[in-house]
Amino acid sequence: MKRIHEAFGRSKQHGGALIIYVTAGDPTLDDTVEIVLAAERGGADLVELGIPYIAPTADGPTIQAACQRALSAGATVGGVLDAARGIRDRSEIPLVTMTCYNPILVYGLQRYARDARAAGIDGVLVSDLPPDEAGAWLEAAAQHHLGTVFLVAPGNTDRQLRQAIDVTTGFVYIISRPGTTGARADIYQGLRALVERVRGMAQVPAAVGFGLSTGEQVADVLAMADGAVVGSAVVNVIAGGNADGKLPERVETKVRELRG
Amino acid sequence: MATDERTRPGYFGRYGGRYVAATLLNALEELEAAFNAAMDDPAFHEEYHAILRDYAGRPSPLYPAGRLSERVGAKVYLKREDLNHTGAHKINNTVGQGLLARRMGKRRIIAETGAGQHGVATATVAALLGLPCRVFMGVEDVRRQSLNVYRMKLLGAEVVPVEGLQGTLKDACDEAMRYWMGTYEESLYIFGSVAGPHPYPTMVREFQRVIGDEARAQVLEREGRLPDKLVACVGGGSNAMGLFYPFIGDEGVELIGVEAAGHGIDTGLHSASICAGSFGVLDGTATLIIQDEEGQVLPVHSVAPGLDYPGVGPEHAWMHDTGRARYVCVTDEEALAAFRTLAQLEGIIPALESAHAVAQVLNMADELNAGDIVIVNISGRGDKDCEEVARLTSE
Repeated sequence: MKRIHEAFGRSKQHGGALIIYVTAGDPTLDDTVEIVLAAERGGADLVELGIPYIAPTADGPTIQAACQRALSAGATVGGVLDAARGIRDRSEIPLVTMTCYNPILVYGLQRYARDARAAGIDGVLVSDLPPDEAGAWLEAAAQHHLGTVFLVAPGNTDRQLRQAIDVTTGFVYIISRPGTTGARADIYQGLRALVERVRGMAQVPAAVGFGLSTGEQVADVLAMADGAVVGSAVVNVIAGGNADGKLPERVETKVRELRG
Repeated sequence: MATDERTRPGYFGRYGGRYVAATLLNALEELEAAFNAAMDDPAFHEEYHAILRDYAGRPSPLYPAGRLSERVGAKVYLKREDLNHTGAHKINNTVGQGLLARRMGKRRIIAETGAGQHGVATATVAALLGLPCRVFMGVEDVRRQSLNVYRMKLLGAEVVPVEGLQGTLKDACDEAMRYWMGTYEESLYIFGSVAGPHPYPTMVREFQRVIGDEARAQVLEREGRLPDKLVACVGGGSNAMGLFYPFIGDEGVELIGVEAAGHGIDTGLHSASICAGSFGVLDGTATLIIQDEEGQVLPVHSVAPGLDYPGVGPEHAWMHDTGRARYVCVTDEEALAAFRTLAQLEGIIPALESAHAVAQVLNMADELNAGDIVIVNISGRGDKDCEEVARLTSE
């Protein structure tokens, strides 16, 4: 958790935090370690490691396909944590796992919190776990000192925002628009007002994600929020595979481009 | 008490709830408020029941099936949901949710479908209300339920084929949910089963309980007493929940839900979430699901597309835990045999889904006594399945 807040603090010097999402295990878990280190070299301030899930309902086609590739290559929850440990051995970049609820529910919430913490994970975002359902998870996360990341979205009422912010110890993740993840050309018009509402209520940092794919969009978002999350645009690069061994370089270049 | 919903709406013991991304919380809270308000409004009930009566043809008959009764040695009644407009129980729910959509000022309708019966029933209500409709359907189901695809298009709906993992109901659900995330301000997702996030399990049950309310009054009138057993097929479980719910307080009435064993539970190719599943979260609800040790949903199979789903309504999972209902399963082969048996004994071609319930009655002939009264829900008619059954039996 400390790494998350320090990273947001440091990122103020360069305009805000660039958060990169990758689906762990795509194309392989070994590649994931190198990809994350490359993203850090390219200028990522924080990395979200996606635990692949077979039916990710909040994700568009890009991340659905990445999950299929990762699962076909044999990624498991334990494997993702091993990869995290591999990253942590070589870097202090904050790591947040992003997952659907079922894989960690089946793994065991207490066991997951303990093992994630031991692997050097700093925070956890569970995409389909709203505060009302999160009691057992919050307990496990608190016990093992893992930061929590909750989602808020356009159209959420003040009560819903307040509820999510109250249980967030890492950073608030603001969904930029109605709909699933995936690259989009424009920025949702109601976003600025939503970011302002959240920042007015929250003590923790606020980052915006879903649909951001260019350096220009990242800059627009960082002008209003503490962080910007890019997923599908990077996953699209990873989708090309690592047959030539140069995938980390391509990811580094892409992240540098997003950093602007 | 039958459920603990009154203390915590949307939960059935450890099952139920609302496991969705923040984007859908708005949509679901809005829907729940609209549903609760409608339930408290006598004018809503009046219009709903008037449409079911004048348009859908309710009440559906409770038919004493003489030759089937003789075959199994007990008094068997068929609740004839197959005689509803559009040929299945699904219309009960789509009329309810369609009226709700209009009440909420929604301008578009979304639905998922497996067998196509819910898709047809939704497209029908959309036409009735003059609302555009988009139905998501797995590519495999599009293939094996081509008649229903044509019917939906004829009714003016747009049918969106979904590749997904298996091209079946689960994929259609996921894609419909994703589409709704981007369009909920103007659209209502008319969900077809007693699964999914709150308020769907409760709402769909309330719109399907008309089956059990009618059956209870009908059997009391004919027999002067309650039945001994109710039998209904369970995929997500809406027809079973609709039949069972009004009898839950009647302790002497045994409730039997029939899941699809597909090629056999041992083969792993089935869709028996209660008989062979474990605790998990699927499509926004905590329930029993078919998954591996990593919590990944496994492929499922049933010859009946409407049962071909890796989860089950949370209230069924709970009734299984409490023992209020008993869940069994029958194979594709048994269901196909029952499909033929009912056609030739009673002149009624049931949907392959409903044929699972018929198969269970045939299977339990030994445990039935001459005076027993059994009600079987014929949740839909089998016209849609004839082509696929002909193909399977000629192989």
